Amino acid sequence: MAEGVRARVKAPATAAAGESVTIKTLISHPMESGQRKDGDGNPIPRAIINRFTCVFNGETVVDVMLEPAISTNPYFEFEATIPEAGDMVFTWYDDDGSVYEETKSIAIG
Amino acid sequence: TGTGFAVALALPLPARAALEDTIAEFTAGAAVGEGGITLTAPEIAENGNTVPVEVDAPGAVAVMLLASGNPSPDVCTFSFGSLAGAQRASTRIRLAGTQDVIAIAKMGDGSFTRTQSTVKVTIGGCGG
Amino acid sequence: GNWARIAAQQALTQDQLLQFDTFGNVTLIHITDIHAQMRPVWFREPEVNLGVGAANGLPPHVTGHDFLNLFNLRPGTPEAYALTYQDFSALARTYGRMGGLDRVATVLAAIRADRPDALLLDGGDTWHGSLTAHRTAGQDVVNVMNALAPDAMTSHWEFTFGLARVSEIVDSLAFPFLGANIFDAEWDEPAYDPFKMFERGGAKIAVIGQAFPYLPIANPKWMFPGLSFGVREDRMAEVVAEVRAAGADLVVLLSHNGFDVDRKLAAQVPGIDVILTGHTHDALPEPVQVGKTMLIASGSNGKFVTRLDLDVQGGQVRGFRHKLIPIFADVISPDPEIAALIEAERAPFRDELEEVLGTTDSLLYRRGNFNGTWDDLICNALIDEREADIALSPGFRWGPSLLPGDPITREDLFNATSMSYPQAYRTEMTGKMLHTVLEDVADNLFHPDPYYQQGGDMVRVGGMGYRIDVSRPQGRRITDMTLLKTGEALDPAKSYVVAGWASVNEGTEGPPIWEVVENHIRRQGTVRVDPNKSVQVTGA
Ligand SMILES: [Mn+2]
Ligand SMILES: [Mn+2]
Repeated sequence: MAEGVRARVKAPATAAAGESVTIKTLISHPMESGQRKDGDGNPIPRAIINRFTCVFNGETVVDVMLEPAISTNPYFEFEATIPEAGDMVFTWYDDDGSVYEETKSIAIG
Repeated sequence: TGTGFAVALALPLPARAALEDTIAEFTAGAAVGEGGITLTAPEIAENGNTVPVEVDAPGAVAVMLLASGNPSPDVCTFSFGSLAGAQRASTRIRLAGTQDVIAIAKMGDGSFTRTQSTVKVTIGGCGG
Repeated sequence: GNWARIAAQQALTQDQLLQFDTFGNVTLIHITDIHAQMRPVWFREPEVNLGVGAANGLPPHVTGHDFLNLFNLRPGTPEAYALTYQDFSALARTYGRMGGLDRVATVLAAIRADRPDALLLDGGDTWHGSLTAHRTAGQDVVNVMNALAPDAMTSHWEFTFGLARVSEIVDSLAFPFLGANIFDAEWDEPAYDPFKMFERGGAKIAVIGQAFPYLPIANPKWMFPGLSFGVREDRMAEVVAEVRAAGADLVVLLSHNGFDVDRKLAAQVPGIDVILTGHTHDALPEPVQVGKTMLIASGSNGKFVTRLDLDVQGGQVRGFRHKLIPIFADVISPDPEIAALIEAERAPFRDELEEVLGTTDSLLYRRGNFNGTWDDLICNALIDEREADIALSPGFRWGPSLLPGDPITREDLFNATSMSYPQAYRTEMTGKMLHTVLEDVADNLFHPDPYYQQGGDMVRVGGMGYRIDVSRPQGRRITDMTLLKTGEALDPAKSYVVAGWASVNEGTEGPPIWEVVENHIRRQGTVRVDPNKSVQVTGA
């Protein structure tokens, strides 16, 4: 598991029913591309977040496949429709098998 | 003006064959049109290691981003679910040098459309 | 001689320079790119200022005789002296120095007597560019500018004092520091106020600020971490829509984009009435019209103040009256209060400022796309003092001039070199790397799309000649690179010792450039810079 991985999400605490809201996510991660060499000339193995999903009450908002060309500390911004109150679950999948999850509750108001 | 001697800007040879293969894999060989997709990227990257890009393709089910001048052209693929508020997304990408960033959208009717934008990666330095 | 000077200056009067029939209901006053020049200076305008693509041959890419013809000005007149390079040394002796914030204060007072609620807008590059500004991290200029009471400003070199210092000053200002295009890089959210609304003459006026778009590229980005800039055309369109929706009758963009970027932005983003341009240091005696947008260029170094009176009714500009007021320092009397303030800021540094390092036999100037004698002198110093084959000096547009016979004081030297990253580096570069650097810089200046231009001049080169075809694409403009001391072509594979300064890379080592140049001037006693013929330009 990559060290010091920290996920952060900006999502509104409330929305009007059916409203489209802006979501921003950041996860601290080196996104080692697999194309670099260490001081001794040995290739540094690839170690990236390869998939990110955002799901609200079980329905998909966005599902992203990431390649090594995504920058260090992957950032995503997108729009989500909020039909009703519920939980928005954000999931990052690491090459090393680790899965990082974050949940935000959104109320209707 | 440039005094950034420490920066090597040697462009890798564009992996043209790899680019076309990657596109063909996404489109399954279907024709790719134009229009209905917007790609927003800076004209000049402030940092080639983290270049903000946004795609907006109303009605798309998926959008693939490609960096035509990187050693490997793949960047990411967004798939929009039923609760996507818009078929719009932003991320930050690595560019090995000045090149075209390409976005290809798969639309709801199964058709494909593409657009591209040149991002300059420069040594920097200067000022008026 | 003296008689001609007195006669010429008698012909010019303060009343004449300030004469203006107040018009309409709104007055804008624009000053920009002062570069900390609070006292009168010599400032020679460029001889070479090429426009590429759609801007070819259009103002501000017109110089010398063509400039005079375009604006119906006669050679030898005060206007010709103020606006062109021709006969500069002779006309400078006739008409005297220009600028000085104490003279600017007199002009402001006269305008405010006519129109007390005139808006004073500062386009940025204000706090940087002198010894005292360097020593006080801009505080000297901030104190004097505050006394002039601007209504808003935008920025560029301000950020080279570091983000903490910028924040400290901004918190102290009585007016907004605007930047619609400055974003927090982490969450992509606006970091500074994009605009301010004013109510003047019964009209609602939105002043939108736009900082220099390429700050993290042209200047060291590690000095202002976490900020992102860019032209951000879509953002500008959003802000214009927002202020229009809020009832703005007049939309003014206080811009540090550079003239060609603003010309394109005006065509791309409708709804801006006036763009007060900055960064590229152009001075134009008339507005340039792009569709319904008026572009104003007010020069640099305190040489000019623009007064723009507008008749704004029901969300429309019904008419305007414009004057680019030249600040002839011997004709416009200094405001005593501001003069005293400037002297007080200088007092702690007076001995250091006034120390004479040598004399110049040649006119020392900086502006021009390829060469300037100030940079030739700096390059000579770098080659001699740092024992280099080749010297590089950035294509800055700031830095006043010195006339033949003038003493060179430490103040003069700092006016041409003052900055917060002055290290004079010494390194090895291959011929291939040097070619890459020149091509990269040339594209920042001659890319046909203005949004890819950064608004500096070409990097100045000492010890090396080259040929440039500005019409070709990046990678194919620069040819015939020659090492001057041997006359041989540069070998792409061979390494050369290169000295330069103002690297944007963190951790660059070397003595400050002003030390290197001071040593050189002292060794020479009297410096002489021969005309630089080592850059051959085609394709313009
Ligand atoms: Mn400037
Ligand atoms: Mn500037």
